[in-house]
Amino acid sequence: MGTPVPMVDYLELGDEPRLVANECTNCGARFFDHRVACASCGGQEFTKAPVPTDGEVRAFTIVGWAPPGVPAPYVAAIVDCGGTSVKGNVVNTPPDPDHVTLGMKVRLTTFPIGTDSTGTEAIGFGFEPIEGN
Amino acid sequence: MADDVWILGINMTKFGKHPDKEAVDLASEAAIAALADGGVSMKEMGVVAAGSLMNASAGIGQQVQKQIGQTGIPVYNVANACATGATALRTVMMAIKAGEVDMGLAVGVEKLSGAGMLGAGAGKPASDEWTPSGRYGAVTGLDGRVGTDMMPGVFAQVGMEYGHRYGGTSFELFARIAEKNHSHSTLNPLAAYTKAMSLEQIMGDPMIAYPNTRSMCSANCDGAAAAVLVSDAKLKTLSLEQRKRAVKISASVLTTDPWEEACQVLPNVNTLTRNAATTAYEQAGVGPEDLDLVELHDCFATAELVHYDNLMLCPEGGAVDFFQSGATWRDGSTPVNVSGGLESKGHPIAATGIANVWEVAHHLRGEAGDRQIEGAKVGLAHVIGLGSACGVHILEKSAA
Repeated sequence: MGTPVPMVDYLELGDEPRLVANECTNCGARFFDHRVACASCGGQEFTKAPVPTDGEVRAFTIVGWAPPGVPAPYVAAIVDCGGTSVKGNVVNTPPDPDHVTLGMKVRLTTFPIGTDSTGTEAIGFGFEPIEGN
Repeated sequence: MADDVWILGINMTKFGKHPDKEAVDLASEAAIAALADGGVSMKEMGVVAAGSLMNASAGIGQQVQKQIGQTGIPVYNVANACATGATALRTVMMAIKAGEVDMGLAVGVEKLSGAGMLGAGAGKPASDEWTPSGRYGAVTGLDGRVGTDMMPGVFAQVGMEYGHRYGGTSFELFARIAEKNHSHSTLNPLAAYTKAMSLEQIMGDPMIAYPNTRSMCSANCDGAAAAVLVSDAKLKTLSLEQRKRAVKISASVLTTDPWEEACQVLPNVNTLTRNAATTAYEQAGVGPEDLDLVELHDCFATAELVHYDNLMLCPEGGAVDFFQSGATWRDGSTPVNVSGGLESKGHPIAATGIANVWEVAHHLRGEAGDRQIEGAKVGLAHVIGLGSACGVHILEKSAA
């Protein structure tokens, strides 16, 4: 069994997992995917910028129909992490409007999503409610 | 540059299921009827612009030409998500404005019955080993694992975000918007669905993406729409009857989403719509208060709410109060989607942009039958496609 791999390359594993954005060195715009250039200013230089792991749910939906291999219903959300908007599921809470609310405080969490034919585990991420919310 | 551009003839097919007709049949039916409506023939057209998003590589414009007249004129096949029809209309408009032609035909068509959920990607790994690939270095499909790419979910979040910012939204409020549009469609014989639905029925429907149940989502269906556009100079040479029925395109605007933080993770359907509306009102020299009716892109009930605000039909942040005042019902101060909207009239994607214009044009001509908004003189048609394109057209009744 090899070292676990992150589901996406902007998820950094380790003792304290975190998301790391590509930040434009010119204007500070952040992207989670690889960029040829910045959509905001056209700059072509980027640096790695860690994203705060705590955030607030700015929008969510409870999706009733999921693609194959994804359990439904699940909660898809947009989370404001210290001014950086992050797309991710809200996990570790029942998927209903009583347990997921606009403005609720959440934190990044990781979990295994499966093992491939070589025995390597992939690690996904989501956001879980901060207790005492 | 030519002066005003007018809609001379316009038509839409019945929206719904057309199992016996191919896209080209529906498009040709609408095109022939639009030419007849304008009292002109294919020989007089200087340009064709056509769109069919699900057949974007199939040359739908040339296919239609083969059915209604191969006259050797330029054909533009356009694809611009759900704004494809509006883009076809605008393409013809630009050719006329540029002075290249004095008449042209725009067509939009889609076969979508039974298409199911749009926008969702497969979630299975590409191989039996976790191998990072693509722009996110992903080892598996991300839809459903990292938020949702499915349209009902994307637009659900758009509505929820509005609620978070301004307050006052609820599942029931969004359902009441769908209740209005389903009620409106009972007067539209060309709508895919023409039955009113109670609030209980709408809220009790299967939940697709909270807070959008099935009847709060646009109805995938088959349909086509087409329009003949004419320059001001050419219109002046036509008969009085043609001039009286012509509808002026007072504004024609297309925008895309400008950069804003967050627009990369949740498409921002607000700013590009607000920008398009602002430019359109300036072009037309009218304000939102002058509109007698609006057909806007209610691809989901949650989307209709935010576009009240984006089109400046209400003060910023005031969409909930605006809806609750009854303003957007057909007997209200600003009737919205009296056709039934995408939720009930239906949404054959590339046809929608022209069909929205058809609806407004029919009211301005006084030809909208049972659902006529009496005395309508100015109307607005809006579409949006991800991600992203927004089309806004403002139409005015002929003074002839």
